[in-house]
Amino acid sequence: MALDKPYLDIPGTTVFDTDQAAAGYALNQFCRSLMDADNRERFHADERAYLDEWPMSEDQKLGVIARDLNGLITLGGNIYFLAKIGASDGQSYLQIVSSMTENDAAGHAEMMLNGGRSPDGNRYLHEWKDRT
Amino acid sequence: MSARITAAVFTSHVPAIGVAMDLGKTEEPYWQPLFAGYEAGRTWIQDNPPDAVILVYNDHGNAFGLDMVPTFALGMSPSYEPADEGWGPRPVPSVQGHPALSAHIAHSVIQQDFDLTLVNEMPVDHGLTVPLSIMFGQPEQWPCPVVPLAVNVVQYPVPSGRRCLELGKAIRRAVESFDDDLNVQIWGTGGMSHQLQGPRAGLINSAFDNAFLDRIVTDPEGQAGIDHVEYVREAGSEGIELVMWLVARGAMADLAGGPPPQEVHRLYHVPASNTAVGQLILQDDAT
Repeated sequence: MALDKPYLDIPGTTVFDTDQAAAGYALNQFCRSLMDADNRERFHADERAYLDEWPMSEDQKLGVIARDLNGLITLGGNIYFLAKIGASDGQSYLQIVSSMTENDAAGHAEMMLNGGRSPDGNRYLHEWKDRT
Repeated sequence: MSARITAAVFTSHVPAIGVAMDLGKTEEPYWQPLFAGYEAGRTWIQDNPPDAVILVYNDHGNAFGLDMVPTFALGMSPSYEPADEGWGPRPVPSVQGHPALSAHIAHSVIQQDFDLTLVNEMPVDHGLTVPLSIMFGQPEQWPCPVVPLAVNVVQYPVPSGRRCLELGKAIRRAVESFDDDLNVQIWGTGGMSHQLQGPRAGLINSAFDNAFLDRIVTDPEGQAGIDHVEYVREAGSEGIELVMWLVARGAMADLAGGPPPQEVHRLYHVPASNTAVGQLILQDDAT
Protein backbone atom coordinates (compact mmCIF):
# COMPACT_ATOMS: atom_id res chain seq x y z
CA MET A 1 0.00 0.00 0.00
CA ALA A 2 1.36 3.41 -0.91
CA LEU A 3 2.19 5.79 1.92
CA ASP A 4 -0.32 8.53 2.61
CA LYS A 5 0.76 11.96 1.38
CA PRO A 6 -2.08 14.28 2.38
CA TYR A 7 0.03 17.33 1.51
CA LEU A 8 -0.05 16.75 -2.25
CA ASP A 9 -3.19 18.84 -2.68
CA ILE A 10 -1.61 22.09 -1.39
CA PRO A 11 -0.98 24.43 -4.33
CA GLY A 12 2.41 25.96 -5.10
CA THR A 13 4.05 23.81 -2.45
CA THR A 14 6.38 20.82 -2.62
CA VAL A 15 6.80 19.07 0.71
CA PHE A 16 10.36 17.80 0.99
CA ASP A 17 9.69 14.19 1.85
CA THR A 18 11.91 11.13 1.64
CA ASP A 19 11.12 10.61 -2.05
CA GLN A 20 12.14 14.19 -2.86
CA ALA A 21 15.22 13.78 -0.68
CA ALA A 22 16.25 10.67 -2.60
CA ALA A 23 15.85 12.44 -5.96
CA GLY A 24 17.74 15.50 -4.76
CA TYR A 25 20.48 13.98 -2.65
CA ALA A 26 23.48 15.01 -4.78
CA LEU A 27 21.92 18.39 -5.62
CA ASN A 28 21.39 19.23 -1.96
CA GLN A 29 24.82 17.99 -0.92
CA PHE A 30 26.35 20.16 -3.65
CA CYS A 31 24.45 23.11 -2.19
CA ARG A 32 25.72 22.29 1.26
CA SER A 33 29.30 22.33 0.00
CA LEU A 34 28.82 26.09 -0.50
CA MET A 35 29.03 26.53 3.28
CA ASP A 36 32.78 26.56 2.69
CA ALA A 37 34.25 29.88 1.49
CA ASP A 38 36.87 28.16 -0.69
CA ASN A 39 34.15 26.10 -2.36
CA ARG A 40 32.08 29.21 -2.98
CA GLU A 41 35.06 30.77 -4.71
CA ARG A 42 35.71 27.70 -6.86
CA PHE A 43 32.01 27.47 -7.77
CA HIS A 44 31.85 31.09 -8.89
CA ALA A 45 35.12 30.81 -10.82
CA ASP A 46 33.69 28.04 -13.04
CA GLU A 47 30.17 26.90 -12.13
CA ARG A 48 29.99 24.16 -14.74
CA ALA A 49 33.31 22.62 -13.75
CA TYR A 50 32.36 22.68 -10.08
CA LEU A 51 28.96 21.12 -10.78
CA ASP A 52 30.59 18.39 -12.84
CA GLU A 53 32.33 17.19 -9.68
CA TRP A 54 28.91 16.14 -8.35
CA PRO A 55 26.81 13.14 -9.45
CA MET A 56 23.89 15.38 -10.38
CA SER A 57 21.59 15.08 -13.37
CA GLU A 58 22.12 17.40 -16.34
CA ASP A 59 18.74 19.03 -15.57
CA GLN A 60 19.83 19.70 -12.00
CA LYS A 61 23.10 21.28 -13.16
CA LEU A 62 21.34 23.49 -15.71
CA GLY A 63 18.79 24.46 -13.07
CA VAL A 64 21.58 25.59 -10.75
CA ILE A 65 23.26 27.65 -13.48
CA ALA A 66 19.89 29.25 -14.35
CA ARG A 67 19.07 29.78 -10.62
CA ASP A 68 15.70 28.16 -11.42
CA LEU A 69 14.65 27.34 -7.87
CA ASN A 70 11.15 26.16 -8.72
CA GLY A 71 12.62 23.76 -11.27
CA LEU A 72 15.23 22.56 -8.78
CA ILE A 73 12.56 21.93 -6.13
CA THR A 74 10.76 19.70 -8.63
CA LEU A 75 14.06 17.85 -9.09
CA GLY A 76 14.45 17.18 -5.36
CA GLY A 77 16.00 20.39 -4.08
CA ASN A 78 15.19 21.60 -0.59
CA ILE A 79 14.89 25.33 -0.03
CA TYR A 80 17.32 25.48 2.90
CA PHE A 81 19.98 23.85 0.76
CA LEU A 82 19.08 25.75 -2.42
CA ALA A 83 19.27 29.01 -0.45
CA LYS A 84 23.01 28.46 -0.14
CA ILE A 85 23.35 29.11 -3.88
CA GLY A 86 21.67 32.49 -3.42
CA ALA A 87 23.69 33.10 -0.26
CA SER A 88 26.88 32.50 -2.21
CA ASP A 89 25.59 35.06 -4.74
CA GLY A 90 25.14 37.54 -1.87
CA GLN A 91 21.34 37.45 -1.98
CA SER A 92 19.03 37.73 1.03
CA TYR A 93 16.33 35.20 1.83
CA LEU A 94 13.78 37.79 0.70
CA GLN A 95 15.42 37.98 -2.74
CA ILE A 96 15.88 34.21 -2.96
CA VAL A 97 12.28 33.51 -2.00
CA SER A 98 10.82 36.15 -4.31
CA SER A 99 12.43 34.44 -7.31
CA MET A 100 9.96 31.55 -6.97
CA THR A 101 6.87 33.75 -6.98
CA GLU A 102 4.95 35.91 -9.44
CA ASN A 103 6.58 39.01 -7.93
CA ASP A 104 9.99 40.59 -8.30
CA ALA A 105 11.98 41.21 -5.13
CA ALA A 106 10.51 44.67 -4.53
CA GLY A 107 6.99 43.45 -5.18
CA HIS A 108 7.49 40.49 -2.87
CA ALA A 109 8.83 42.73 -0.09
CA GLU A 110 5.82 45.00 -0.57
CA MET A 111 3.45 42.03 -0.35
CA MET A 112 5.09 40.96 2.91
CA LEU A 113 4.82 44.48 4.35
CA ASN A 114 1.13 44.36 3.52
CA GLY A 115 0.66 41.21 5.57
CA GLY A 116 1.93 38.54 3.21
CA ARG A 117 0.08 36.15 0.93
CA SER A 118 -3.34 35.33 2.32
CA PRO A 119 -4.20 31.70 2.93
CA ASP A 120 -7.61 32.38 1.38
CA GLY A 121 -7.69 30.89 -2.10
CA ASN A 122 -4.30 29.24 -1.52
CA ARG A 123 -5.13 26.17 0.53
CA TYR A 124 -6.16 23.58 -2.08
CA LEU A 125 -5.06 22.71 -5.59
CA HIS A 126 -8.59 23.13 -6.93
CA GLU A 127 -8.46 26.78 -5.89
CA TRP A 128 -5.59 27.28 -8.34
CA LYS A 129 -7.11 25.33 -11.25
CA ASP A 130 -7.65 28.46 -13.34
CA ARG A 131 -4.04 29.58 -12.94
CA THR A 132 -1.62 28.85 -15.73
CA MET B 1 17.82 21.70 45.75
CA SER B 2 17.81 19.97 42.41
CA ALA B 3 17.47 21.51 39.00
CA ARG B 4 14.11 22.89 37.92
CA ILE B 5 12.45 24.37 34.85
CA THR B 6 11.23 27.83 35.76
CA ALA B 7 10.07 29.29 32.46
CA ALA B 8 9.57 28.68 28.77
CA VAL B 9 10.41 31.18 26.07
CA PHE B 10 8.89 30.76 22.62
CA THR B 11 10.26 32.73 19.71
CA SER B 12 10.67 32.82 15.96
CA HIS B 13 14.26 32.49 14.76
CA VAL B 14 14.15 34.37 11.44
CA PRO B 15 17.71 34.77 10.10
CA ALA B 16 17.04 38.35 8.94
CA ILE B 17 16.49 39.36 12.60
CA GLY B 18 20.05 38.28 13.32
CA VAL B 19 21.31 40.08 10.22
CA ALA B 20 19.53 43.27 11.30
CA MET B 21 21.35 43.14 14.63
CA ASP B 22 24.70 42.13 13.14
CA LEU B 23 24.57 45.02 10.64
CA GLY B 24 23.25 47.60 13.11
CA LYS B 25 19.89 48.09 11.38
CA THR B 26 17.60 47.70 14.38
CA GLU B 27 16.72 51.43 14.45
CA GLU B 28 15.67 51.49 10.80
CA PRO B 29 11.92 51.97 10.27
CA TYR B 30 11.51 48.42 8.97
CA TRP B 31 12.98 46.87 12.12
CA GLN B 32 12.38 49.41 14.87
CA PRO B 33 8.86 48.28 15.85
CA LEU B 34 9.95 44.65 16.19
CA PHE B 35 13.00 45.44 18.30
CA ALA B 36 10.95 47.80 20.44
CA GLY B 37 8.69 44.81 21.03
CA TYR B 38 11.67 42.70 22.12
CA GLU B 39 12.56 45.08 24.96
CA ALA B 40 10.01 43.55 27.35
CA GLY B 41 11.50 40.08 26.94
CA ARG B 42 15.03 41.39 27.40
CA THR B 43 14.03 43.17 30.60
CA TRP B 44 12.27 40.05 31.85
CA ILE B 45 15.30 37.84 31.29
CA GLN B 46 17.57 40.33 33.07
CA ASP B 47 15.26 39.98 36.06
CA ASN B 48 14.96 36.20 35.63
CA PRO B 49 18.39 35.05 34.43
CA PRO B 50 18.65 31.31 33.77
CA ASP B 51 21.61 29.20 34.85
CA ALA B 52 21.16 27.17 31.67
CA VAL B 53 18.88 27.12 28.64
CA ILE B 54 17.65 24.03 26.83
CA LEU B 55 17.19 25.46 23.36
CA VAL B 56 14.88 23.58 21.01
CA TYR B 57 15.45 24.59 17.40
CA ASN B 58 15.97 23.13 13.99
CA ASP B 59 19.08 22.98 11.91
CA HIS B 60 18.67 24.23 8.33
CA GLY B 61 21.06 21.99 6.41
CA ASN B 62 24.10 23.28 8.28
CA ALA B 63 25.09 20.90 11.08
CA PHE B 64 23.26 18.11 9.30
CA GLY B 65 23.22 17.62 5.56
CA LEU B 66 21.13 14.88 4.05
CA ASP B 67 23.79 12.29 4.84
CA MET B 68 22.30 12.10 8.34
CA VAL B 69 18.82 13.27 9.33
CA PRO B 70 18.32 12.77 13.07
CA THR B 71 14.78 13.40 14.30
CA PHE B 72 15.90 14.60 17.75
CA ALA B 73 19.58 15.50 18.18
CA LEU B 74 20.96 16.54 21.56
CA GLY B 75 24.18 18.53 21.75
CA MET B 76 26.66 17.05 24.26
CA SER B 77 29.55 19.42 23.71
CA PRO B 78 31.26 22.02 25.93
CA SER B 79 31.02 24.52 23.05
CA TYR B 80 29.45 25.12 19.64
CA GLU B 81 30.62 27.48 16.90
CA PRO B 82 28.25 29.59 14.77
CA ALA B 83 27.82 27.95 11.35
CA ASP B 84 28.80 29.46 8.02
CA GLU B 85 25.42 29.08 6.30
CA GLY B 86 26.72 30.48 3.02
CA TRP B 87 27.06 34.15 3.94
CA GLY B 88 29.93 33.59 6.40
CA PRO B 89 29.40 32.86 10.11
CA ARG B 90 27.36 35.32 12.20
CA PRO B 91 29.63 37.59 14.26
CA VAL B 92 28.28 36.33 17.58
CA PRO B 93 30.05 34.58 20.47
CA SER B 94 30.66 30.85 20.56
CA VAL B 95 27.92 29.04 22.46
CA GLN B 96 29.01 27.35 25.67
CA GLY B 97 27.37 24.01 26.34
CA HIS B 98 26.58 22.21 29.59
CA PRO B 99 27.96 18.69 29.09
CA ALA B 100 26.87 17.43 32.51
CA LEU B 101 23.26 18.50 31.99
CA SER B 102 23.35 17.13 28.44
CA ALA B 103 24.63 13.78 29.66
CA HIS B 104 21.96 13.65 32.35
CA ILE B 105 19.17 14.49 29.88
CA ALA B 106 20.45 11.88 27.44
CA HIS B 107 20.58 9.22 30.15
CA SER B 108 17.11 10.02 31.44
CA VAL B 109 15.24 10.77 28.22
CA ILE B 110 16.53 7.77 26.26
CA GLN B 111 15.39 5.57 29.13
CA GLN B 112 11.98 7.22 28.78
CA ASP B 113 11.87 5.73 25.25
CA PHE B 114 12.94 8.77 23.20
CA ASP B 115 15.74 7.67 20.89
CA LEU B 116 17.83 10.83 20.90
CA THR B 117 20.82 11.15 18.61
CA LEU B 118 23.76 12.38 20.68
CA VAL B 119 26.01 14.89 18.94
CA ASN B 120 29.48 15.64 20.26
CA GLU B 121 30.49 18.08 17.54
CA MET B 122 28.30 20.40 15.52
CA PRO B 123 28.10 24.02 14.44
CA VAL B 124 24.92 25.88 15.39
CA ASP B 125 23.01 27.93 12.84
CA HIS B 126 20.60 30.86 13.02
CA GLY B 127 17.92 28.58 14.50
CA LEU B 128 19.91 28.64 17.75
CA THR B 129 21.85 31.89 17.63
CA VAL B 130 19.01 34.23 16.60
CA PRO B 131 16.91 33.38 19.69
CA LEU B 132 19.97 34.10 21.87
CA SER B 133 20.38 37.47 20.11
CA ILE B 134 16.68 38.26 20.51
CA MET B 135 16.74 37.61 24.25
CA PHE B 136 20.27 38.65 25.23
CA GLY B 137 21.17 41.33 22.68
CA GLN B 138 24.85 41.61 21.75
CA PRO B 139 26.98 40.65 24.77
CA GLU B 140 30.70 39.77 24.59
CA GLN B 141 29.77 36.29 25.80
CA TRP B 142 26.38 34.62 26.10
CA PRO B 143 25.39 34.85 29.75
CA CYS B 144 24.66 31.15 30.33
CA PRO B 145 25.38 27.71 28.93
CA VAL B 146 23.03 26.22 26.35
CA VAL B 147 21.96 22.64 25.71
CA PRO B 148 20.96 22.46 22.03
CA LEU B 149 18.14 20.13 21.02
CA ALA B 150 17.77 20.04 17.25
CA VAL B 151 14.49 18.74 15.83
CA ASN B 152 14.18 17.65 12.22
CA VAL B 153 11.47 19.75 10.63
CA VAL B 154 13.20 19.95 7.23
CA GLN B 155 12.68 16.47 5.77
CA TYR B 156 9.34 14.71 6.06
CA PRO B 157 8.14 12.98 8.02
CA VAL B 158 8.89 15.26 10.95
CA PRO B 159 7.88 14.34 14.50
CA SER B 160 4.24 14.93 15.39
CA GLY B 161 3.08 17.65 17.72
CA ARG B 162 2.09 14.94 20.16
CA ARG B 163 5.59 13.42 20.08
CA CYS B 164 7.11 16.86 20.67
CA LEU B 165 4.86 17.59 23.65
CA GLU B 166 5.64 14.20 25.20
CA LEU B 167 9.38 14.80 24.69
CA GLY B 168 9.02 18.02 26.63
CA LYS B 169 7.41 16.12 29.50
CA ALA B 170 10.30 13.65 29.49
CA ILE B 171 12.81 16.53 29.53
CA ARG B 172 11.07 17.99 32.56
CA ARG B 173 11.44 14.69 34.42
CA ALA B 174 15.09 14.57 33.39
CA VAL B 175 15.85 18.08 34.62
CA GLU B 176 14.08 17.52 37.93
CA SER B 177 16.30 14.52 38.62
CA PHE B 178 19.52 16.47 37.99
CA ASP B 179 21.13 17.02 41.37
CA ASP B 180 22.69 20.45 40.80
CA ASP B 181 20.86 23.54 41.99
CA LEU B 182 20.12 24.90 38.54
CA ASN B 183 17.52 27.34 37.26
CA VAL B 184 16.74 26.02 33.77
CA GLN B 185 14.69 27.66 31.06
CA ILE B 186 13.49 25.78 28.01
CA TRP B 187 13.08 27.68 24.78
CA GLY B 188 10.97 26.53 21.83
CA THR B 189 11.82 28.31 18.59
CA GLY B 190 10.80 28.62 14.94
CA GLY B 191 7.71 29.75 13.08
CA MET B 192 5.34 31.43 12.97
CA SER B 193 3.54 31.19 9.63
CA HIS B 194 5.89 31.31 6.67
CA GLN B 195 6.55 29.59 3.40
CA LEU B 196 9.94 29.98 1.74
CA GLN B 197 9.44 27.80 -1.32
CA GLY B 198 7.45 27.60 -4.51
CA PRO B 199 4.82 29.89 -6.04
CA ARG B 200 2.91 30.00 -2.72
CA ALA B 201 5.93 31.49 -0.93
CA GLY B 202 5.16 34.47 1.27
CA LEU B 203 2.10 32.92 2.89
CA ILE B 204 1.20 34.48 6.23
CA ASN B 205 -1.80 33.44 8.32
CA SER B 206 -2.20 35.76 11.26
CA ALA B 207 -5.51 34.18 12.29
CA PHE B 208 -3.83 30.78 12.57
CA ASP B 209 -0.82 32.24 14.38
CA ASN B 210 -2.86 34.10 16.98
CA ALA B 211 -5.07 31.08 17.60
CA PHE B 212 -1.88 29.04 18.08
CA LEU B 213 -0.54 31.61 20.57
CA ASP B 214 -3.78 31.34 22.54
CA ARG B 215 -4.01 27.59 22.44
CA ILE B 216 -0.41 26.76 23.29
CA VAL B 217 -0.99 28.62 26.56
CA THR B 218 -4.39 27.23 27.46
CA ASP B 219 -4.71 23.89 25.62
CA PRO B 220 -1.33 22.43 24.66
CA GLU B 221 -2.71 18.89 24.73
CA GLY B 222 -5.31 19.89 22.15
CA GLN B 223 -2.77 21.71 20.00
CA ALA B 224 -0.57 18.61 20.08
CA GLY B 225 -3.28 16.75 18.18
CA ILE B 226 -3.06 18.99 15.12
CA ASP B 227 -1.74 17.17 12.04
CA HIS B 228 1.30 18.22 10.03
CA VAL B 229 -0.80 18.87 6.97
CA GLU B 230 -2.85 21.48 8.78
CA TYR B 231 0.29 23.39 9.75
CA VAL B 232 1.56 23.24 6.16
CA ARG B 233 -1.75 24.17 4.57
CA GLU B 234 -2.58 26.96 7.04
CA ALA B 235 0.81 28.26 8.20
CA GLY B 236 3.00 27.47 5.17
CA SER B 237 5.50 24.72 4.48
CA GLU B 238 7.98 26.18 6.96
CA GLY B 239 5.26 26.98 9.51
CA ILE B 240 5.61 23.34 10.55
CA GLU B 241 8.48 24.60 12.75
CA LEU B 242 5.79 25.50 15.30
CA VAL B 243 5.71 21.88 16.50
CA MET B 244 8.99 22.70 18.26
CA TRP B 245 7.16 25.10 20.57
CA LEU B 246 5.32 22.05 21.91
CA VAL B 247 8.56 20.54 23.22
CA ALA B 248 9.10 23.57 25.43
CA ARG B 249 5.43 23.71 26.42
CA GLY B 250 5.50 20.05 27.42
CA ALA B 251 8.19 20.77 30.00
CA MET B 252 6.03 23.15 32.04
CA ALA B 253 4.59 22.36 35.46
CA ASP B 254 0.88 22.21 34.62
CA LEU B 255 1.38 19.18 32.37
CA ALA B 256 2.95 17.39 35.32
CA GLY B 257 0.05 18.17 37.67
CA GLY B 258 1.19 21.64 38.76
CA PRO B 259 -0.49 25.02 38.42
CA PRO B 260 -0.84 26.73 35.04
CA PRO B 261 2.01 29.02 33.98
CA GLN B 262 1.74 32.78 34.05
CA GLU B 263 1.90 34.50 30.68
CA VAL B 264 4.35 37.36 31.18
CA HIS B 265 4.88 38.52 27.60
CA ARG B 266 3.42 38.09 24.13
CA LEU B 267 4.37 39.66 20.81
CA TYR B 268 3.15 39.18 17.24
CA HIS B 269 4.57 41.08 14.28
CA VAL B 270 4.42 40.80 10.47
CA PRO B 271 6.78 40.71 8.68
CA ALA B 272 10.40 39.93 9.32
CA SER B 273 11.62 39.17 5.82
CA ASN B 274 9.27 36.36 4.71
CA THR B 275 8.00 35.42 8.13
CA ALA B 276 5.45 36.19 10.84
CA VAL B 277 7.21 36.74 14.16
CA GLY B 278 5.85 35.50 17.45
CA GLN B 279 7.23 35.62 20.97
CA LEU B 280 5.71 34.28 24.17
CA ILE B 281 7.11 33.94 27.67
CA LEU B 282 5.47 31.61 30.18
CA GLN B 283 6.72 31.47 33.74
CA ASP B 284 6.21 28.84 36.41
CA ASP B 285 6.50 29.66 40.10
CA ALA B 286 6.03 33.36 39.34
CA THR B 287 5.94 35.26 42.60
